[in-house]
Amino acid sequence: MRSIQSNRSLAFSIFLSAATVLLFVSCKTVKEYQKNKLNDSEMSLSGRKVEKTELNFQSYREGASGANGGKTGGGCGCN
Amino acid sequence: MKKLFLSVIGMYVMMLASFSQTTKPDSSYKSRKLTFEEANFVSSYYRQDGNNAAVTGGIGSEKLTDLSNSIDLKFIKYDRHDRKHSFTGELGIDHYTSASSDKIDPATISSASHADTRFYPSIGYTVENENKGTTVGAGLSSSTEFDYQSFGTNLSFSKKTNNKSGELTIKAQVYLDQLKLIYPVELRQGGGNNMNYGSDNRNTFSGSVSWSQIINERFQLMLEGELVYQSGYLGLPFHRVYFNDGSVHIENLPSSRLKIPLGLRANYFLGDKIILRTWYRNYHDDWGINSNALQLETVVKLGSFFSVTPFYRFYQQSAADQFAVYKIHTAADDFYTSNYDLSKFNSNFYGAGFRMAPPKGVFKLQHLNSLELRYGHYQKTNGMNSDIISLGLKFK
Repeated sequence: MRSIQSNRSLAFSIFLSAATVLLFVSCKTVKEYQKNKLNDSEMSLSGRKVEKTELNFQSYREGASGANGGKTGGGCGCN
Repeated sequence: MKKLFLSVIGMYVMMLASFSQTTKPDSSYKSRKLTFEEANFVSSYYRQDGNNAAVTGGIGSEKLTDLSNSIDLKFIKYDRHDRKHSFTGELGIDHYTSASSDKIDPATISSASHADTRFYPSIGYTVENENKGTTVGAGLSSSTEFDYQSFGTNLSFSKKTNNKSGELTIKAQVYLDQLKLIYPVELRQGGGNNMNYGSDNRNTFSGSVSWSQIINERFQLMLEGELVYQSGYLGLPFHRVYFNDGSVHIENLPSSRLKIPLGLRANYFLGDKIILRTWYRNYHDDWGINSNALQLETVVKLGSFFSVTPFYRFYQQSAADQFAVYKIHTAADDFYTSNYDLSKFNSNFYGAGFRMAPPKGVFKLQHLNSLELRYGHYQKTNGMNSDIISLGLKFK
């Protein structure tokens, strides 16, 4: 059962990677004056301060962590 | 007359053009002195409940509350080469109460943290060379609570592409932790009065690589891969495990763990009022946990300075090889835990956020740049549920 899940997960990851590569290939140069939408504070790709505690509790309550701007170590999370 | 008119217009346009060509960014606006850039205050209240506490072997109350407050300050200065130096400092304080921790020693309140306070200060420094598109950074952090001490350090390097559409970031982090070995009262050598706790170490080494890319005027995404290696005492000494013969033991987990999370974040500006934010992560580790997480957020702009953001996050994971429920493990098992955070489950997390950032300041307080309020409800398929509400204030 686990191997089926793992294979599905792998297939989905490969599909996503391929789609991402296609997107990268189709990207175009955007001039500074064309970046008013990209520069909107809500468009930021970095972690948002107000979500910090959410990311912490998720890393404690779930087996997986990382790749989301949250913590991957340090501090107990004992409870 | 018509020729003269056109000539005058032409000269005017040429003058405008020549002025616009000679106008360069005025570096005199960049302060050589250390100046205050911004401060952020985040306060959160978290509560959870459930019936699978690890302290009591996978049964018992998981009730917990946590009040978290943090403030960070950022100062910047430019040097004579126009490099931007940023200095950040953060102080966080959490206060939590935990019903299950009180069961480490039910007769007294000597437990590790039936209620405890955690302090976590950190400092950071980055140098950004805007001409070269590079940023180099370093940071130090610590986290202190009654039974746990952690020190962390990190280094980072970023490089933008020549057309500034892409950026590569490499980051390395190390956490050196030490925990007190506080065992359940019935398993302490010397009985419940023995307060001479031993200690053990837990080390975390993490390396991450991310690539962010502008696809077009409305679309950007980021790919992130991370490799995390942990070693040392990776269980917790007060997590009980009940074997099928009724005997009680302390959780025993392998002394190393390799985690590989891969993340993709994509943000798209739809029309003029809606931003779609998505995040996906695939995760694998050598304890047998495979996981997928997907988060969708829709920012709806209610005006130029107000927005509402409903969000939904789905998460699923397989169980760790070492996990079994109450009274299933046997003496033949090398490793054992009944911590349901390592069990197989799905979870749903949903809620909404509200943000306001009026140009004259929130509530007309000039320096209060923005206010964010966010609420979320979290539900695992094994019954554990929680709520979190967060307030974020930015001062500039």
